[in-house]
Amino acid sequence: MIAEAGAFALMLSLALSVVQVGLSTAGRIRRSAALAGAGEGAALAAFLSVAVAFAALMHAFVTSDFSVANVAANSHSEKPLLYRVAGTWGSHEGSMLLWCLALTGFGAAIAGLGRTLPQGLRAVTVATQGALGVVFLAYTVFASNPLARLAQPPVEGRSLNPLLQDPALAVHPPFLYAGYVGMSVVFSLAIAALVEGRVDAAWSRWIRPWALAAWSLLTVGITLGAFWAYYELGWGGWWFWDPVENASFMPWLVATALLHSAIVTEKRGALSGWTLFLALAAFSFSMLGAFLVRSGVLTSVHAFAVDPTRGVLLLIILGLTAGLGFSLFAWRAPSLGRGGMFAPISRESALVLNNILLAAATATVLLGTLYPLIREAMTGEAISVGPPYFNLTFTPLMSALMILLPAGPLLAWKRGDARGVLQRLWIAVVIAAASGLAVIALVSPKKAFGALGVAMGAWLVAGALAELAERTRAFRVSAGETWRRLVGLPRGAWGMTLAHLGLGVFVLGAVFETTWKLEAAEALPVGGRLSLGAYELSLDAVTPVAGPNYEADQGTITVRKAGAFVCRAEPQRRLYTAGGQTTSEVGLCYRGASHLYLVLGERRDGGTYLVRAYWNPWASLIFIGPVVMALGGLVSLSDRRLRIGVGRRREAEA
Amino acid sequence: MRWRALLAALAGIACIAAASDPAERLPDPAQEARAREIFRDVRCLVCQNESIDDSEAELAQDLRKIVREQVSAGRSEAEIKRFLTDRYGEFVLLTPSLSPGNLLLWGGPFLVVLAGAALLLTRLRNRTPDAELSTEEAERVRRLAEDEAP
Repeated sequence: MIAEAGAFALMLSLALSVVQVGLSTAGRIRRSAALAGAGEGAALAAFLSVAVAFAALMHAFVTSDFSVANVAANSHSEKPLLYRVAGTWGSHEGSMLLWCLALTGFGAAIAGLGRTLPQGLRAVTVATQGALGVVFLAYTVFASNPLARLAQPPVEGRSLNPLLQDPALAVHPPFLYAGYVGMSVVFSLAIAALVEGRVDAAWSRWIRPWALAAWSLLTVGITLGAFWAYYELGWGGWWFWDPVENASFMPWLVATALLHSAIVTEKRGALSGWTLFLALAAFSFSMLGAFLVRSGVLTSVHAFAVDPTRGVLLLIILGLTAGLGFSLFAWRAPSLGRGGMFAPISRESALVLNNILLAAATATVLLGTLYPLIREAMTGEAISVGPPYFNLTFTPLMSALMILLPAGPLLAWKRGDARGVLQRLWIAVVIAAASGLAVIALVSPKKAFGALGVAMGAWLVAGALAELAERTRAFRVSAGETWRRLVGLPRGAWGMTLAHLGLGVFVLGAVFETTWKLEAAEALPVGGRLSLGAYELSLDAVTPVAGPNYEADQGTITVRKAGAFVCRAEPQRRLYTAGGQTTSEVGLCYRGASHLYLVLGERRDGGTYLVRAYWNPWASLIFIGPVVMALGGLVSLSDRRLRIGVGRRREAEA
Repeated sequence: MRWRALLAALAGIACIAAASDPAERLPDPAQEARAREIFRDVRCLVCQNESIDDSEAELAQDLRKIVREQVSAGRSEAEIKRFLTDRYGEFVLLTPSLSPGNLLLWGGPFLVVLAGAALLLTRLRNRTPDAELSTEEAERVRRLAEDEAP
């Protein structure tokens, strides 16, 4: 019954989305507040309806109702509750439903929170969001219904891929999808601006909170995914330049560029066309990601929800939506104004350079992901584009960006003063150079690239702090005055500092981890020893352990340094009985920001076990950095200036 | 398309880091390091986008064996890679070659930078000095300033 109610609610939400488009469009054409209001009501109702369908699917997963085809294919009654809940979005159908939930949720959010938008702009935004809802809900209802029943339900389900049964990955998709789909609001706002023919400071101010929210969620989503790959796939990598990772990274890069160009449009009225372009591109890349991940056109370590036949439908949706958006852009954008002028050395120029480099970085990732497909389709020759390509193209582009980054926020609008900026940054220059040299002297003289990378990370961190010191006039006025200024800084400024600081922290972690990683592996009998750098590892015992839906060999590994006890880790090698897959559960010892990463391999002849151990210096920073960046986004989002509703209320009072 | 079928058939194989397996290692640490360097650039053809350095699949094991043998026989990295591409095609290397067919791949990002820089330069060159504010604009500034005041 509940599944049928859910299927009905899903169908209803499609109808409501159609109504939403109709009412909002009519409201715009007739300039009728009542019709537009009704359109917003429909947006809210569509969201509630999808929420009911989503709850019904979750209910089917939690109660292991195997008469629902999707549950039978992706769940198992012995699975722990968390993974039965997460199973809701673990499959193709379920993840599309999550996508629709987020899409209609953002539609309802504009309807509810967008009261400060001018009426016409709001109506077109709600109509566009509704149209996106129609397309994706129609796809879900007709091509990938998650609530379809089976005529003959099996006794037991086929279970979820065991690699996905992990806490980080259980919450990874909701963050990622909220981020992907958050870009739809930005897309709809851009369409509305093109229809209305108006892009001004107010519009950029409206687009920023949505872009910031989506960007922060996407940052958290990607970081969770990277962290999962780090400890679940079992060889200590956290980024593989895999097509599916790239699919999530491209919208992130575009959104990052958008956040920066929207500042120029807001403050100086310039780059409005480019800001619109990025707003359209961000969601287009999100849709491209959804297509790439599900279509199976690319081989990937993360290919889980693949279905080639439906990939074609998704490709059509992508082509239609993005195509219409960009056609509208090509038609209307040239009539938009050019905005304020600026000198070669100015904040505007710096932000334009940021955008050029981010656009080039996006092009690199896009080419690297799709080129093998294109080349094979055109010439029949198969090539591989792997990590070495990205190291040679993406890394230099990003390095150039990071060298320029600390100078940007210190430059004045319109006409900046390069010498003044250098004077304010000389301490950061000294700190960066000293860190690089210290690394060469103390850690290893042979790794020049590592030293450069550390200098870069230090430059970013010191640059962000120098900018903070500049804003608060630290060391030039009394400590009390500095404190007063520090507390009084707008949240937006804090957000920027945190985001730039987070990037620096990430760079330090990534450079240390990749340059000074140590590795050891040995087939050990129980009681055997292995040394890794200064650490001495011993395999004390291997015991069989039974989990809720798996059987495992659990190794007990004791780590000592110069004879003193450091930690004990219990890595497992698991066999999931339902699907017959084996996975390894890594044992991690945290040593400050560094990790000892221990993996128990298969049993070999003579009762030995293959034990792998990695020393991953500063690896925690790789994940803490992006979290700090996302935190910066959230802090910036809480800025009074962006708080939704401030502008209109003030207008009303005046 | 042959590979596609093979990939589909073998997609179920669990691929877990494997190159450091002591049973496979070369006795000479310098040679072993060279071999590992090469592994990172060779694709495990039956896995889902992994290098043979990371993969536990049987084919990856065989490829590692071949590379290690050739390294210990004193062959250069270029020779080994040529041997591999002769047998498996360019698909086997994770670094795409600098051939004419890959021109767009390698040049694309830098074209974007050049195009962006050209646009920025034109924009900067066509700059006209800012005019004084008209009375209307001055009035708007005054109103905005009042608006911003708490």
